[in-house]
Amino acid sequence: MRVSRGFAGRRRGGEPGRLPPGQYDVGADWPVLTAELTPRIDLDRWTMRVDGLVEQPQSWTWGQVRTLAASHFDGDIHCVTTWSKLDTSFAGVSVDTLLAAARPRPEATYVVATSVTGYTTNLPLDDVVAGKAWIVWEYEGRPLPIEHGGPVRMIVPHLYFWKSAKWIESITLLDHDEPGFWEVRGYHDRGDPWREQRYAGD
Amino acid sequence: MTEPAGPLPPVSPWQWGRVEQIRVENPHVKTLRVTVPDWVPQLPGQHYVVRLTADDGYTASRSYSVGSPPEDAGVVELTVDRLPNGEVSPYLHDELRVGDELELRGPVGGHFVWRGDGPLLLVAGGSGVVPVMAMLRHRRLVEPDVPARLLYSVRSPTELIYGGELGDETTVIFTRQAPAGQRRPAARIGPADLGAVAFDSGPAYLCGSSGFVETAARLLVDAGGYEPGRVRLERYGPTG
Repeated sequence: MRVSRGFAGRRRGGEPGRLPPGQYDVGADWPVLTAELTPRIDLDRWTMRVDGLVEQPQSWTWGQVRTLAASHFDGDIHCVTTWSKLDTSFAGVSVDTLLAAARPRPEATYVVATSVTGYTTNLPLDDVVAGKAWIVWEYEGRPLPIEHGGPVRMIVPHLYFWKSAKWIESITLLDHDEPGFWEVRGYHDRGDPWREQRYAGD
Repeated sequence: MTEPAGPLPPVSPWQWGRVEQIRVENPHVKTLRVTVPDWVPQLPGQHYVVRLTADDGYTASRSYSVGSPPEDAGVVELTVDRLPNGEVSPYLHDELRVGDELELRGPVGGHFVWRGDGPLLLVAGGSGVVPVMAMLRHRRLVEPDVPARLLYSVRSPTELIYGGELGDETTVIFTRQAPAGQRRPAARIGPADLGAVAFDSGPAYLCGSSGFVETAARLLVDAGGYEPGRVRLERYGPTG
């Protein structure tokens, strides 16, 4: 192992094994690294859609989506730029609930999440089912701030956080992989922080 | 959000470069000139990741924009702002010396890159000037006919980075303390600042803190006539 002469490091992050490789605990901060201008969203016109290879495409208004079965995530999130934020809590609805209403067809294997800004990110269908993904509008009991993707975003916390599309408006089911905004710009197709899948080829 | 991505240079595996030169840019900013054995030409605006390894295997890595143009072959110049509570930038400032080896990989990033389209508007706050300076240097060397303007916001004259290299294309605005004789009083960036540099067409690249970039981009869209699709943002996070 080659070492960097004179580097000791600061050892933030507490308990061993809590942080994925190459990550550090950002503490109370929550950096904003969005590539686009924060949009203005009119919730009276916003809808959440599930479409593509499903039996019954679905669309929920802001009023409707909040009547769905409540679900929450408590845990850690990891950004590819090496910060991790521990013990976050988000509330909204499980993606499972949305998919149950739309009923994916057997040939559906991937999804693309799309934001109102046009931002997209791709995920294997397996990564957004069975309690691994949410559409959320609350952070720590308060409305999700707009710079962090509010009023409503997706979270897929077991993958790097660029997979958690801010300002979500649709999930489209596909029978093939369709790389999204960062995935065509050099970032890894799946983005598992525990395997340190940061860039294409990792 | 819809611009074509185009081919990107491959991100290299981790490799060890050698620090050839360290230049002081201002009281808390230094430029590290590092030779890269497995170098590929980066696109102006891309960054490299630096990884530090301690005796016990503990590592810390952070991203730094490349300030040098791709014509400066075989090296990258990383301009590093020393964050007082940081973990990596204080090491790079206080410990790293010429002749040391530095582990890095890159180039990374396929969004905040300039591929030669113009006219070119650059807006930078503080150390956000680094990736846009790579664009300006590349333009001077290769695309001098592409019209370009840089609007560069700093707190005070001592905060300037690359101060000796700023030319006619650059307008510096001071937010806290302006030099004597400056007509514009020290103030945060405003609609008139962006209105004065806006082009009717072409892309705009904005880099700096998230708050600066958001404000400037919003002004550029609302007061400068830019459609959101022409505006590309790079928000500097806490890269300590």
